[in-house]
Amino acid sequence: MRRQIPLLLTFLTGVAIIIAFFIPHRPFNEVQDILIDWAIIITGFALLLGVHSLLRKHITHIQRKDSGWGFSLILTFFFIGVFVAGIISAFQYKGYSLTPGSSLYFVYDYMVIPLSATMFALLAFFIASAAYRAFRARRLNATLLLVAAVIVMLGRVPIAENAFFKFLTRFSDWFMFIPQMAAKRGIWIGIALGAFAMSLRIILGIERTYLQ
Amino acid sequence: MNVLLAFLFLIQQSPDSLQSDTTKVIEVVRPAPPTDVIAMDTPNDEGESIALQWTISKDDGDGLNSVILYNVFRAPSKEGPFDYIGTVGAGRTGYDDQDVEKDKVTYYYKVKSQTKDKVESEASNVASAQSFPQWFHHGRWNYLIFGVLFTFFFAFYLSRAKVKGTKLFIRKIAGLDAVEEAVGRSTEMGKPVLFCPGIGYLYHIATIAALTILGKIAKKTAEYETRLIMPNYDPLVMTAAQEIVKQSYTEAGRPDNFNEKDIFYLTQDQFGFAAGVDGIMIREKPGAIFLQGVFYAESLILAETGHSVGAIQIAGTDRVTQLPFFISACDYTLIGEEMFAASSYLSRDPVMLGTIKGEDTSKVVIIAVIIIGTIMGILGGLNIGPFGTWFLNLVNWFTRG
Repeated sequence: MRRQIPLLLTFLTGVAIIIAFFIPHRPFNEVQDILIDWAIIITGFALLLGVHSLLRKHITHIQRKDSGWGFSLILTFFFIGVFVAGIISAFQYKGYSLTPGSSLYFVYDYMVIPLSATMFALLAFFIASAAYRAFRARRLNATLLLVAAVIVMLGRVPIAENAFFKFLTRFSDWFMFIPQMAAKRGIWIGIALGAFAMSLRIILGIERTYLQ
Repeated sequence: MNVLLAFLFLIQQSPDSLQSDTTKVIEVVRPAPPTDVIAMDTPNDEGESIALQWTISKDDGDGLNSVILYNVFRAPSKEGPFDYIGTVGAGRTGYDDQDVEKDKVTYYYKVKSQTKDKVESEASNVASAQSFPQWFHHGRWNYLIFGVLFTFFFAFYLSRAKVKGTKLFIRKIAGLDAVEEAVGRSTEMGKPVLFCPGIGYLYHIATIAALTILGKIAKKTAEYETRLIMPNYDPLVMTAAQEIVKQSYTEAGRPDNFNEKDIFYLTQDQFGFAAGVDGIMIREKPGAIFLQGVFYAESLILAETGHSVGAIQIAGTDRVTQLPFFISACDYTLIGEEMFAASSYLSRDPVMLGTIKGEDTSKVVIIAVIIIGTIMGILGGLNIGPFGTWFLNLVNWFTRG
């Protein structure tokens, strides 16, 4: 029973969503909306589990004075600080805690966004190092990749306005829209069929790993 | 007459003008209204919606070129009163009234064009329609036919594997064969294994596929008594992962080695998550890293950091834009469908493998349709027979819905 009921629920939910996809009439069209509402409610409560997991891990680190426990202390301190800022802002702005001028907005604007932007900016360096390794012309495949990449880069960002770079721009457009797009669509078809097969396995109860 | 002359007299009552009043005449020119307005029930919907179509005003992009908007009005009877319900920009030839109060009741519509000086045209003709809910989405016949066909293939190969026990061939997938090698290497080096499920939610099929792979990896780490670390972006994924890993450790006969705290929640901020996982990689220096699931811009940040700590990396995602990053930075990459096939491949269960065979047969059908479409397109382009029309019909059939 411990397994049968979840499998039955999965089957019924899957079938209901498939029916709703083909029948726009009430009540079938409402199934998806109801399930989305449920998912939002469950996700809200699940966040408490996440907070519990995070704080338990770091408070244990602090209590045991594990290596790097100072970072756990900083994390716990800022967690509480941002939580308090959020509560105060919610009271001040009648639930709209991210209103410009609120303390939570300050945290978001002056801490979260710059830190995220910094991490995103690191991507430029990581692209350079990954490209260096990938483009080393040691094998035929890598050489082809290098040639294609150089053509596309020069075509996308031409360094001069002459017939040669105009040709490169046209060639890189052709390269991106025809061979590159063909390969991409091939992968997409494979992914769609793979997802279809996986969904069928789950709905029919053949794939059960996620229900452990 | 589309042009109406109006005279406005503005008298400036300034001290100077007291001696000589100034009279100003402004000519207001109304734009041409839209024509041929028709209203109809919006097809393939749940009702309570009526679609309007019209021919644009003569002054929209031509003539006076003064029309910037079309205002739509609705009334419960032909005589009115007509209430304003919405606006669309110049060049648009339709409007969907999504706020129809009742199905099977006739509503009347008219449309006026408007200039940037807020001068409205005369009203268009009045069009009427009733809304109805539909019992079938006729634009989705293509999905239904191919869905049934593919399901038939899956059922056929499933029954063959189940009843006849036919052994099905599946090609080698290097990334999945390397799972044991990666966990073994970590064990030899005395380092933990890191599994990152990306930033997907439990409703993403790639995240579910990642969790099935996690189950197999956890079994290996349990057998080798190697630590498995898994930071999470979504608390629901974390909870599911904890249960899966716990079950795998129990099945491997090592339930006491399972540590729930190693499968923990990190954050739901994309780059905060990337920074957190990078920090864990630098501190813990895992011997093997599995990047499986949904990834966006953080894919290369994670993969390059993993490479810098010398870990063997096996990635897998269904995000096509992130695949080049994983292929460049990781040792093995499961490309899309390989990831979905992972649980079948690793379990070697004939029934599970049957679905992969069904997938391959579906691919043959798709390839056949592409070849037929290409031939029709070429022949149609050369104006040979009716192939041009057939090709267009085929494309339209696939693109609707």
